[in-house]
Amino acid sequence: MTSLNYDNIDDIVEAITSGREILNEVGAPLRITKLDRRQFLKMTGAVGGGLMLSFSAPKAFASKNASTFQPNGYVKIDESGIVLYAKNPEIGQGVKTSLPMIVAEELDANWEDVTVEQSSIDQAAYGMQFAGGSTAIPMNWMALRRAGATARSMLVEAAAKRWNVSVDSLATESSQVIHASSGRHAMYLELANEAAAVDVPNADTVTLKDAKDFRILGKRVTGVDNDGLVRGEPLFGIDQTVPGMKYAVFQKCDAIGGDVKSANLDEIKGMPGIHDAFVLEGNGSVRELLPGVAIVADSTWAAIKAKRALKIEWEETDASTDSWSHAMNEAERLRHESGPRVVDNGNVDTAFETSVKQASGFYRYAFASHAQLEPQNCTASFKDGKLELWAPTQTPGSAIMSAAKIVGIQPTNVTLHQKRCGGGFGRRLYNDFVCEAAAIAKRVGVPVKLQWTREDDMAYDWYRAGGFHQMHGSVDENGKISGWRDRFITFTNDGNRPVSGGGISPSVFPGGLLENVRVEQTALEWKNRCAAWRAPGSNVFAFVVGSFLHELAHTAGRDHLDVLLEVLGEPRQMGPRGMHTGRAAGVVKLAAEKAGWGRDLEPGRGMGVAFYYSHAGHIAEVADVSVSDDKKVKVHKVTVAADVGPIVNLSGAENQVQGSVIDGLSTMFNLAVSFENGRVQQNNFDKYSMLRMPSAPDIDVHFVKSDYAPTGLGEPAFPPLAPAVYNAIFEATGLRARTMPISEEGFSLA
Amino acid sequence: MNIKINGETKDLGDLDSQTPLLWVLRDELNLVGTKYGCGISQCGACTILVDNVAVKSCSYPVASVGNAEVTTIEGLAGLNGELNAVQKAWVDLDVAQCGYCQSGQVMAAEALLRENPNPSDEEIDQAMATNICRCGTYVRIREAIKTAATQLATEAGGDAR
Ligand code: FES
Ligand code: FES
Repeated sequence: MTSLNYDNIDDIVEAITSGREILNEVGAPLRITKLDRRQFLKMTGAVGGGLMLSFSAPKAFASKNASTFQPNGYVKIDESGIVLYAKNPEIGQGVKTSLPMIVAEELDANWEDVTVEQSSIDQAAYGMQFAGGSTAIPMNWMALRRAGATARSMLVEAAAKRWNVSVDSLATESSQVIHASSGRHAMYLELANEAAAVDVPNADTVTLKDAKDFRILGKRVTGVDNDGLVRGEPLFGIDQTVPGMKYAVFQKCDAIGGDVKSANLDEIKGMPGIHDAFVLEGNGSVRELLPGVAIVADSTWAAIKAKRALKIEWEETDASTDSWSHAMNEAERLRHESGPRVVDNGNVDTAFETSVKQASGFYRYAFASHAQLEPQNCTASFKDGKLELWAPTQTPGSAIMSAAKIVGIQPTNVTLHQKRCGGGFGRRLYNDFVCEAAAIAKRVGVPVKLQWTREDDMAYDWYRAGGFHQMHGSVDENGKISGWRDRFITFTNDGNRPVSGGGISPSVFPGGLLENVRVEQTALEWKNRCAAWRAPGSNVFAFVVGSFLHELAHTAGRDHLDVLLEVLGEPRQMGPRGMHTGRAAGVVKLAAEKAGWGRDLEPGRGMGVAFYYSHAGHIAEVADVSVSDDKKVKVHKVTVAADVGPIVNLSGAENQVQGSVIDGLSTMFNLAVSFENGRVQQNNFDKYSMLRMPSAPDIDVHFVKSDYAPTGLGEPAFPPLAPAVYNAIFEATGLRARTMPISEEGFSLA
Repeated sequence: MNIKINGETKDLGDLDSQTPLLWVLRDELNLVGTKYGCGISQCGACTILVDNVAVKSCSYPVASVGNAEVTTIEGLAGLNGELNAVQKAWVDLDVAQCGYCQSGQVMAAEALLRENPNPSDEEIDQAMATNICRCGTYVRIREAIKTAATQLATEAGGDAR
């Protein structure tokens, strides 16, 4: 384990959770500059204005064994095979496959010859290791290419020495070095020994392939864990076992901030299969350890039964009293008052006064839970002052820091094994479950697997914040949008800044594109934890702005597609991390064309379009829906056009887009958590009903394979879905829904 | 108590007979391919077969198994480790994202095809409505079931569809 000099872990998590800001926000509060000063990140060439971030190439690895060739943290070759290491947590975004594909490409290995293993946590070798912000591809693209090319060049040099020929006379293909003129060839495996003795070249100087020579990138590759998954192999955190392990559960106060006054511990300890039960004090940080009662048992079921038998009296003086109905009442009042301005470009008041038509609408979206399918869990073992963790986390580095603090040891004495995560969606950026497992393991002195129940998972989530937008806009005599005002009402935990994922930036679409724009932001006090949820901010703002743009197009009596393209305007780059309007228009036109935009549809059927730029991805979606008289919505098809630069794994990329569309539909139709008396009202999937197969539409995905730097796809296809469908519903019915989930306005999925 | 799982008989000793089968599989028999998602019969992550019928093991007391034959995801592959038609289709079509729901999805699909080797799209949708995929892989699950059905029909020497 090497040094972890993340001296302020909160900053790191914040930078990660606001991945949106890392990659694409103009003028956003770029905490990333701090990272930059500490040289975690190295800015590399801006390609087509799309700024790329990458880590410095890993330092050379001293090969532990003369017959093992290990030029860096990503490649290991010996006579038994080629192993490529996947550095980041796999949460379903496909990086355990896509990142090694990049290495294999430059290594010129046969993909079939490669075994992928999850790497250790090692900052010196890998830089930051995390899953968040759709950043894995853009942040690692160059470093991984160089890592593969470095290994390849050393293998070539080894062959040149062996055959006493020039390096230039050699070529590589399919995991071997070839000397064409003599017909000699050697498998990489056979050269490992000699390659290990070659000096590691400067990774910045190695020759990279021309994109036209790519053999692996852009192809369809099945996930490296798929075989294990369909055999039921123990890949996930929840599957971990360690010798002598006990099973733990942890009961916290359902109103955050509540403390344990008393509990029936003796009764619990007397139950069958119970090893111990005790109160854990919180450490004062809601990110880490909340107070509660831990139960340690011989099996998960014994622990769950005992948890159900717990009788805890809570001290709730400082506990949350959050109420969604109260927040709705407050917002209803505040929408009539102006708030502090986040941006005020041009002159909105004059635009409204001189306009020929105006429109307004009050939009609202509920809080939402991550509901990643694998409930939180972590296995921990504390022995001789050392902590070992098996954790399905999106931020392993941060987990190590927090857990070290909890058990009072140096981070260097913590070993964390990365486990496959059964979904992330932002929930596992926070490591409260790791801290709990560490604290319980230290207390009981035997390894424990902490298991959250689904009820725990929903009660102690870091929710996507709800919000409210009073929109107002105007259209001039030419039918052009002349003024735009967004009066945004959000939430704050600290009374200072909006909650994570709940702050609007001046560049929120279509802000930078219109002349007269005002965005106001007011925050309501809120105690429950809120955080990043797939495509933070964009996941809700897209719904509002994408719908209201359509409202204004309708007000102007114009086709939405025309208005959208007019707003995007001439092709240009909107600031260093902003969108490129040409790429934006490109995907809008492509999606419209592929969907058959403008064709005649029967009554009750409609098409809607939306574009959104997030996580450096340009994505347009067209929804084709039918709506019955009783507001049952049949989504026939969603057509997606995406420009995220070159595609790494075509199968994985398409899967992310399909999944984002389904997630988008699921969320816009049904998903809401509400709070009363500080408590979440929906505690399991029977009250939080995710989309099921009969409602899944056809999804038609098109990629614009542009020459821009490649960017991530875990998130950006999510935001445009909701506005595309809301707009389609309006086209089909003339009814404008402004509430998400739309079930609150009586619509349901057919 | 004994139960028959994946072709073997397992002695469960004096285990509480009301324990949900899910936790018996995971904690007692180390068959962790069967997953916990909700514990209340909502998500299907815990789907297994009891005498060829899909059952949510989180809500199925081990006592209810009786003499029946339990099949879990670990019991699908052939003796030499060869994937069966459903598993193979899942790998070939790269169905999984996070993969957490997929053993339950595979088992539900397996139950469907054992009962109805040539299901229509509608029948697939209805049969699979018991299982949630949080990552949204439904489009691929549909395709994989059709691919597996075709494969099975070919193996059986019949007409594909
Ligand atoms: S865990 Fe059994 S249905 Fe969800
Ligand atoms: S693949 Fe993640 S829940 Fe289905």
